Amino acid sequence: MSSAVSGRLPRLLALVPYLLARPGVRIDEAAADFGVSEGQLRRDLELLWMCGLPGYGPGDLIDLSFDSDTVTVTFDAGMSRPLRLAAAEATALVVALRALVDTPGAVDTDAVRRALAKIEAAAGLAGQAPMVVGLATREEAATATVREALDRRRALRLRYYTASRDAISDRIVDPMRLLLLEGRSYLEAWCRLAEAVRLFRLDRIEEATLLDHASRPPAHARPTDVSAGLFRPAPDQQVAVLVLGQDAAWVAEYYPVDEVVELGDGTSRVRMRYADEAWMVRLLLGLGAEVTVLEPAPLAAALRRRASAALRRAEHLASG
Amino acid sequence: MNLVLCLLSTSQYLTADRIRTIVAGYADAPSDEAFFRMFERDKAELRDLGVPLEIGRNSAFDTMDGYRIARREYELPDIDLEPDEAAAVALAARLWDSPDLAGAARGALVKLRAAGIDVHDEDAAVQPRVRAAGPAFAALLAAVRAGRAVTFGYRRHPGDPVQPRTLEPWGVVSWKGRWYVAGHDRGRGAPRCFRLSRLVGTVRPIGPPAAVRRPDGVDLLDMVGRSPHHDDNTPSGTARLWLAAGRAQGLRRRARAVGRLSVDGVDGDLVEIDLHWPETAARWIAGHGPDAVVVEPEWLREMVLGRLAAAAGEPARVGVAR
Repeated sequence: MSSAVSGRLPRLLALVPYLLARPGVRIDEAAADFGVSEGQLRRDLELLWMCGLPGYGPGDLIDLSFDSDTVTVTFDAGMSRPLRLAAAEATALVVALRALVDTPGAVDTDAVRRALAKIEAAAGLAGQAPMVVGLATREEAATATVREALDRRRALRLRYYTASRDAISDRIVDPMRLLLLEGRSYLEAWCRLAEAVRLFRLDRIEEATLLDHASRPPAHARPTDVSAGLFRPAPDQQVAVLVLGQDAAWVAEYYPVDEVVELGDGTSRVRMRYADEAWMVRLLLGLGAEVTVLEPAPLAAALRRRASAALRRAEHLASG
Repeated sequence: MNLVLCLLSTSQYLTADRIRTIVAGYADAPSDEAFFRMFERDKAELRDLGVPLEIGRNSAFDTMDGYRIARREYELPDIDLEPDEAAAVALAARLWDSPDLAGAARGALVKLRAAGIDVHDEDAAVQPRVRAAGPAFAALLAAVRAGRAVTFGYRRHPGDPVQPRTLEPWGVVSWKGRWYVAGHDRGRGAPRCFRLSRLVGTVRPIGPPAAVRRPDGVDLLDMVGRSPHHDDNTPSGTARLWLAAGRAQGLRRRARAVGRLSVDGVDGDLVEIDLHWPETAARWIAGHGPDAVVVEPEWLREMVLGRLAAAAGEPARVGVAR
């Protein structure tokens, strides 16, 4: 009775009550609900048919009636309910629901609270979980408009601050989804200006206006894979070699660095990718004495020039 | 499957011998040893799945322990979700971007569907994501569940030496996409949090199970960062800046224009911004170089000029206020 196919027994245990709750369910639909192929589900049904109560006579075996596309359980051999949620399953679901309670504006938190209470009761897990998740997304000024655009599938006009260029621009986008990731909310949309899929941080949207026409991302617009983080290496990126002081160690955790070499005195040498020199110079200027640029030389020169110009201007302001 | 069906249907404890005789599949075992190997393996699989296997004897005259499954403990209690609640559950199950947690959440959905609830697992308009936590996660979560203390190596900064730590873990916490373990640090004799990405080497459980309990009233999210000042948006002061015309857009977004001024022949605006974090503000303003100059307060001006002087490779012309 042990399963040769990994994960098969839990599926078989759930399959009988599942079918019992849905007489005449389509087999392809059931396969999709269990996340297996239709062929695998048919093999599962054939196996179930041979399972039952000791005696294993006609009245003891699980009985199913098929037609070509659908299936109905006619005898469940006493297995009418699914197994309780295992501790790991209950934790994964309850912790996620508790996290969603704290996403104002983006999610229907009232429905989340009601669902949470019911799942907690069914899982017998009302108290402390071994794990807590704080998504910590704030409701931004643009959140409501972005949600409405997604719900009504409408295009948006955005006035957006691009940090890498330190510039504000207007653009029309076709919203795809709202991503809540690492404490921030992002609108993923097809940008008609860039003619590409872009992520827009909601706290950098100056103004969002719902347009009258429909959101129509082109068929080839693919959602961004964020499983490895938001920063992805791109071919046109440059690489800087920096020495970071202890107070700038956060840079290596916050931005994409390829290599961290500890230098022993609390400082570390990192290789960091960047797309835009002006953006990089802004970051380095702000770090002051906590960073030294080893490479490339033009970046180090640009940093010194800009810092000197800033010092001269500050003197002018003070004397003028 | 047949073992579960059989043990669910009986209120009597069934001995291993009896099970061997009546449950389909076991009769084929060629020897006692082969049967017990199969039976042990199956029992272990059921326990792994969380099937509540009870062991006991029907009467004082029985000489052998028997097995049964208490239906009340086995079955998922009645649960009924409204469509919007089911949508919330589907959204929650998609939160995890790590195989273990995503698999566990999918397992929960399968059981809810088996309870007759329609949970549609399609791409939603809103997609919260929590990424995987790295190699230490599973060991720490297991230790919290078991209530056991752990030891591990920890390094606050990349250049620091690795310190051995002994922690009574209260919980594993994700805050803004970063993972922490929070608990009572035995070495420090105080509550502490540790970034999982800064743990070095293997996490080892020590001491007996059920020895660690989270004290009442401890909020793990507060411990790792949701301290009151994070949510507190009250500014600690105001700064007056000069911004070159059309430049420093990032600062302008947070600024109020109060006048116009030419500096060194460059047109610009006098603005005011609220100050929340002095270090952050100084970093931000210095980053804009000649496009942003602090007018007042003096301490902020000195912080910014100190950073610029360092970046220019010049000695600081003013004392750097700290």
